[in-house]
Order: sequence, then structure tokens, then C-alpha cells
Amino acid sequence: MNFTNFGRYILLLKAVFRKPEKLSIYMKAIFKQMDFIGVGSLGLISIISTFIGAVMTLQIAFQLVSDFIPKTIIGSVNRDSSILELSPTITAIVLAGKIGSAISSEIGTMRVSEQIDALEIMGINSPGYLILPKILAGITMVPLLVIISMVLSIGGGFIGGTLSGAVSAAEYIQGITTDFNPYTIVVALVKAFVFGFIITSVPAYEGFYVKGGALEVAQASTRAVVVSCITILACDYIVTQLLL
Amino acid sequence: MIEIKDIYKSFGSNDVLKGISAVFKPGVTNLIIGGSGSGKTTLLKCMIGLHHPEKGSVEYDGREFTTMNFEEKIEIRKEIGMLFQGSALFDSMTVEENIMFPLNMFTDQKRSEKLDRVNFCLERVNLTGKNALFPAELSGGMKKRVGIARAIAMNPKYLFVDEPNSGLDPKTSIVIDELIKELTEEYNTTTVVVTHDMNSVMGIGDYILFLHEGKKFWEGSNKEIAHTDIQELNDFVFASRFMKAAKDKF
Repeated sequence: MNFTNFGRYILLLKAVFRKPEKLSIYMKAIFKQMDFIGVGSLGLISIISTFIGAVMTLQIAFQLVSDFIPKTIIGSVNRDSSILELSPTITAIVLAGKIGSAISSEIGTMRVSEQIDALEIMGINSPGYLILPKILAGITMVPLLVIISMVLSIGGGFIGGTLSGAVSAAEYIQGITTDFNPYTIVVALVKAFVFGFIITSVPAYEGFYVKGGALEVAQASTRAVVVSCITILACDYIVTQLLL
Repeated sequence: MIEIKDIYKSFGSNDVLKGISAVFKPGVTNLIIGGSGSGKTTLLKCMIGLHHPEKGSVEYDGREFTTMNFEEKIEIRKEIGMLFQGSALFDSMTVEENIMFPLNMFTDQKRSEKLDRVNFCLERVNLTGKNALFPAELSGGMKKRVGIARAIAMNPKYLFVDEPNSGLDPKTSIVIDELIKELTEEYNTTTVVVTHDMNSVMGIGDYILFLHEGKKFWEGSNKEIAHTDIQELNDFVFASRFMKAAKDKF
């Protein structure tokens, strides 16, 4: 994003957070978006998290060649990696692709087919009506998905490790329960909150200012995913630097 | 009544509107006509606040619109109904939900009252019983009529219509034109129609504003338009062989 885009993004967010015309309509829209973002992504996030946890365990076991390092380390490394980095970031990047492109193309299509103009002519604050429910659903559902992802990733590690014989069940459980620092969960949830905001607001911005037709909507959708991913990674670094 | 005074609008170095002034009265069908790129849609968008003119004013019954803040504009917009060129129906909503949408947003009516209003509007545009259909299931003419039904749902004082006949067959075009005229007279709305369809001009043009290269070239009624000496207007009105033949005959 260059400075002009960043300025327009901030102005759009200002319009998004104006007072809603009718709260009951916005609440319905928020629950609909929660269903789309949260429930609609649960299957994908579950599969990805479980496999990443399993693969992580195998890779950690593969790299631990010294007999002096206890195998319980496999569990604790997998736990901390999943909680602090893999679950929030991988979940966010997957959602940026799945949710981000959908948001951008939905709003972009509404823009080019004059549906957003129609909302404005009716006297409705179109950024608020279209984007606010998505952002609120994003910042509530992404942290929930990240929590589920953490559990499944650690669980996937257990399954992968024990099935392959890389680590015993007792060693793995001892590893994930030893020296656990609950603060890592706080860091992960802060990341998830920030990522939830990015995943919904950046694609919404890209879609809202589309000009042209189908080609431009598709380009905006691609741009939305790319910009969201880069912003997620940059914010990941910043939040990690600030909180750890 | 809507009064526009000395409207200027440009996009970059391209001056689209160059000092347009006009008065659009209630109860009559006001038409803005002109060739492609003459600035008629831009003028319409300036009037409804989708574009901000660099200079000039738009007054709705004496209320200056261009200098209003966001909240003040909303109050005016609640009195505006608009039919877009592509109808602009909400894809994800049924016909009923589309028409009920402004009622849901701005009224505290019970659902039964809103449904009565929806059914009345559908009946008014001859689409009774089509409540459950989605826009994708409608023909072009039906979409326009649902667009009109949605536009009149809130009993608008001002009705704007952008290219109502584009993409429609001549018979459906006449139905839409007559519907616009009937609604205008029945509810005494100030109706502004942007068109380049000569059938509309001759059929419903009570007041016609002709734009050419961003300037007001002529204003008058459909009875006067065939008898002017303005070259640009005659080139526009009598561009088709049919209109030329009609002129020669009369």
C-alpha cells in the first residue's frame, strides 16, 4: 500500500465505524458473517492444523539426533511453535485466501453493479453496512479459530508422533505439559485479533474502491489476498517484537 | 422541486460539466438527454451526491444539498428514490427483501405492514406474486420494474431514473416509460430521467434538458423539440432514419 491507499484505507475505516442506522439489522449481518467466517472455515482450519502439527512433530524428531536431548522436547517445541506462530499465522494466511478473496469480490461486484451506489442513495452508510459486520465477525471468529487450531495442531502432533514412533505418548504429553507459559496464549490471541482485523478490512478496502468490471474485480481480489498476507506477516513481526 | 445552479464538474483535465443550470418541477417528467459523453449521467450523480461538483449548487425544495454534511444528506436521501441503469438490485436478496430493505432500515413498521407495502409496490409495477424470486431469475424488464418498486417503497418526493430503457425491447421500454409517468403524476414526485432514447423523449418528455459537450444547449418540451433550429439538437434528435422520416412526414 502506498501512502494514498493507506490514507484512503484510514478514511474508509472512519466511515465504517459511524453509528449504525439500525442495530438489529447490523446484528443479523454480524451473525451471518460469523457463520461464514467462523463455521464456514472450521473444516479447512481443522484439517490444516492437524496435519501441520503432525508434520511439525516428525520434523522436530528428525532434527533431534542427540541422545542428550530428551524426547519430551518434541512436545514442548511443537506446543510453543503451534501456539506462538503456526496456528495464528497459518490460520490467518489461509483465511486471507479463503475469506479475503470472498469479501473483496463480493464488495467489488456490488460496486461495479451499482449496488453500493443504491445503498448510498437510500441514505445508508454503505461502508458501515457492508464492512463493519465483517470486521466484527473477523475479530471475534479468528481468535476462536486460532484456539481450535492450537488444540488440533498439538493433537495432530500427538497422533503423528505416536503413529510414526517418533515419540511415545507419555513423552509427548510430558513435553506439552512441562514449563507451559500461559502468556504465549495471550500473545497468540493478540495476533489473532490483529489478523482478524486485517483479513476483513484490507479485502473490504480493495473491493470497495474497484472501478471497471469483472477483470478489475478479479484483480482486486488477487491484490486483496497478496496485501493481506504481506500485512499479516509484517504485523506478526511487530506484535511478536512488542509482546515477547 | 429541484433547482441546479451553475454546476461545474471535471475529472482531471477533462471538464465534463460546464455551468449547467435548470429547474425540475414536481408532477412532470423531466428528461436530461444528450449523446454519449455529454455529461448527463455525471449531472445526475452530482444531483444525488454520488459526485461532488467543483462549483454550483443543488437545491431540494430550497434546501442546499451540496454543502450539507453526511447526516443532513441522509435526511434528503430518505426522500429520494432511484432506478439505476442496471437496476442495482441486491443479488443476495429476493424481490420482497429488496423492496423491504429501505423499510427495514428506516421505519419501525411491523412486518405485516411492511409486507403490505411491498405487495402494494409490486402490484403497482404489475409484478404481483413475484416476492420470492431472486434478481437472477428475472428478465431485464422485470428487474427494472422491481427497481422502480424499490424506489417508490418509501414514497419518495424525488425520483431519479438512469437510462430506464437500456437493454429493453421497444414494447417493454414503453411500459417502463408509462409507469414512470404515471407514478410521477400520481404522487406528484419530482422525476428526473436520464435517457438518450428518442421514444422516451417523444412519449414522456414534459420538460427536456439537452446537454452537449457538458453545456446546456436547449430546454423545452417534447412538443417543441422537433421545431428548433439548433443544429446539435437536430443532429441528436433526428439521427435515426426513422426520426428523419417522421420529421419529413410532419
